[in-house]
Amino acid sequence: MNGLRNFVDKIKPTFEKGGKLGFLHSTFDAFETFLFVPNTVTRRGAHVRDCVDLKRVMIMVVIALVPAMLFGIWNTGYQHSLAFGLDWGFWNIVLYGLVKVLPLYIVSYLVGLGIEFVSAQIQGHEVNEGYLVSGMLIPLIVPVDVPLWMLAIAVAFAVIIGKEVFGGTGMNIWNPALLTRAFLFFSYPSKMSGDTVWTGGVERWMNEGVAFQAGNGLVDGFSGATPLANASMQGLQDSGYSLWDMILGTIPGSVGETSVIAILLGAIVLLWTGVASWKIMVSSVLGGLAIGYLGYAVGATDLPGYYQLVMGGFLFGTVFMATDPVTSAQTECGKWIYGFLVGALAVTVRLWNPGYPEGMMLAILLMNTFAPLIDHYVIEGSLKRRAKKVKTA
Amino acid sequence: MSNNIYLKKGLDIPINGAATQNTKKVITPDVVAVKPTDFRGLVPKLLVREGDKVLAGTPVLADKMSQNILFASPVSGTVAEVIRGEKRKLLEVRIKADAEQEYVDFGKQKVSEMSAEQIKEAILVAGLWPALTQRPYGIIANPESKPKAIFVSAFSTAPLAADTEFALNGQAAHIQTAVDALAKMAGCNVHVSVNAANASASVFSKLQNVVLHTVSGKHPAGNVGVQIHHISPVQKGEIVWTVSPVMLAAIGKLFNTGKYDVSRKIAVTGPKAINPAYVEGLPGISMKDIKEFYDASENLRFISGDILTGTNIGAEGFIGFFDNQVTILEEGDKYELLGWAKPFRPKLFSASRTYFSWLTPNKKYDMDTNLHGGPRAFVVNDVYGKVLPMDLYPVYLLKACLANDIDKMEKFGIYEVLEEDLALCEYVCPSKIYIQQIITDGIALMLKEMC
Repeated sequence: MNGLRNFVDKIKPTFEKGGKLGFLHSTFDAFETFLFVPNTVTRRGAHVRDCVDLKRVMIMVVIALVPAMLFGIWNTGYQHSLAFGLDWGFWNIVLYGLVKVLPLYIVSYLVGLGIEFVSAQIQGHEVNEGYLVSGMLIPLIVPVDVPLWMLAIAVAFAVIIGKEVFGGTGMNIWNPALLTRAFLFFSYPSKMSGDTVWTGGVERWMNEGVAFQAGNGLVDGFSGATPLANASMQGLQDSGYSLWDMILGTIPGSVGETSVIAILLGAIVLLWTGVASWKIMVSSVLGGLAIGYLGYAVGATDLPGYYQLVMGGFLFGTVFMATDPVTSAQTECGKWIYGFLVGALAVTVRLWNPGYPEGMMLAILLMNTFAPLIDHYVIEGSLKRRAKKVKTA
Repeated sequence: MSNNIYLKKGLDIPINGAATQNTKKVITPDVVAVKPTDFRGLVPKLLVREGDKVLAGTPVLADKMSQNILFASPVSGTVAEVIRGEKRKLLEVRIKADAEQEYVDFGKQKVSEMSAEQIKEAILVAGLWPALTQRPYGIIANPESKPKAIFVSAFSTAPLAADTEFALNGQAAHIQTAVDALAKMAGCNVHVSVNAANASASVFSKLQNVVLHTVSGKHPAGNVGVQIHHISPVQKGEIVWTVSPVMLAAIGKLFNTGKYDVSRKIAVTGPKAINPAYVEGLPGISMKDIKEFYDASENLRFISGDILTGTNIGAEGFIGFFDNQVTILEEGDKYELLGWAKPFRPKLFSASRTYFSWLTPNKKYDMDTNLHGGPRAFVVNDVYGKVLPMDLYPVYLLKACLANDIDKMEKFGIYEVLEEDLALCEYVCPSKIYIQQIITDGIALMLKEMC
């Protein structure tokens, strides 16, 4: 440890202002503070500080995402094996999953962190660790076959236009990961929706006739559709998706969104550590259930409300995206409203908008936009109540 | 309003080094300092020159804005040195104390036989007026103004703070005199808040002529600002005064003995304090006078006050006018390999659950001054409210201060807070934002624009 510290101390002057590589100051600082908690001491105000910092908060979210990521890798291989009738063993499945998912991660982090480093350099501040989470989320919410160049453009758009122009992490209005997905969704719809994009290798097989390992080609009766595409009792039965499949996650879908169990493991980590707001999670689920059952009651769907929770990206969005502390509502009361509307809107889009089978992404982005307004009214109301209380007292 | 206040939010920082309740020594001061920097916004006028003889109670400084506010020497001796900083800003007046202490005789006075005006005059002349702090803004009270009420917090919940009951043992009569004097002078109620945990045993519970409140809760329940917020919030245009128990005792002594006697028990505390205990001392005494409490070979920080709101005075520094606590900490200027990524950091405390210190709630920690991270923008939004038992929106207030938006600062409660009330927000902030500095700047702006 001392050897490493000595080495860092030795090369440090090169990167400081006036040093040979002084222009890389922020980059060096980012790596140094990644390796070592800095020796900075408090200068003003409280002399002692809590040992938690943003790196710790962010790493907790990353840890919470690990189950979903691991399951996503496995499921990518499993779906491919299923589609081509390969009967792969566990390691083959994981290997294929890694081959497909790892590049998504590499592109996501290289492009995103690259832009973060450059803009920190330009603005002369420290590199914020917010992208550690965004970069982890992005591969999990896209179809596994999304072309890497598209992903790169989308990430660049989200980080530059969605975040850096506002001043970086903490200042952004929309969740950067969802913005990436929205960019892909509206710019390249053919790669983001339909029945064939959700299973790795299927598009390529259909276009070029080749696949990683094709066996005898696509199995008979392969549909590749997600449960949301056939969101009715009959539809689900025809595609062969039981409720248990959807809870387990052995269905096609975006890489990390399918497994309810893996997502709930993440939710436990987030709630346990207090990093994400339980109010938003609970109210979003309530909102989804409310509209889900309303739709069931009025005959918009024959699926009971709880199906809405286990299909598509609802739970993933609720647990990991709606709870983003920067873009969600800031007031405690506002969080209830915000979360409820996220869930309610997502299911509303699902049930009553024939154009979009899934509404979670748009619901969260829309509520991101309105979160400051919700907070505004919550605060106005609370100030008014307080003023009245003080006056009467 | 209710006289019992239960506060749920807050945090008692588990730091090692509480002072044991015994007085280890009586300090015979050598050099003491009168520091105009102890008072917000004060423009001091020097009344003495180097080499002048002074007695305990002789005015050394005056407030340039209202020159009847005087600042007295706590000892008798010779003015040794006047320390100035940048732009000749007056920082310290150092006085070399005599071996024998002599006091200016202001004469014993009976509060009951004095008029409000006479009481005010007596306090002003003796140099004890600066003991009265005005809210909003935390500045020295204006003798011409009329407060809505006077507030006293009879206990401190700050980390390792001196125990008020122990520190003021035997001073009940003086405190009663001071309360009578202030109530008569200002013609308003004196609100005293005692700790609900030992309300019945507290000498403050027996005070006459006060409105008594009991307060329970973690820090900052003992902050007078938090108590005011729950008893009678400061609205725009209103003024309240606050005074600390220690200063009450000094005011009482003025009337009962005729002396300017600001001596007090000072708690020497902190993880790096050796056998932390109390000493009998004065404001303005030097750290050199307590050198048996620390190991000078270590890299230490000396704080006049507590770890949240105190002033870093250095090994050569002097205790502030209002403080009755010294905290000695290690400077945390060390690197920690992958500290933030370690699953366990058993030697560090976190109020968040991202570490596991919440599993050992009774453990105390040897804290140091490391920042444990780098400054960032506001990201996590629910940590601040959990440690602020006030009906306020701290992040909104801070952002209003950052934006210099006076309307919003008013709206979000700048009149009700001082730095100390939001100090815990700063402590828990994962973005390592200098929250108290933001409030300081905000108050400075308000003083500039509104006064």
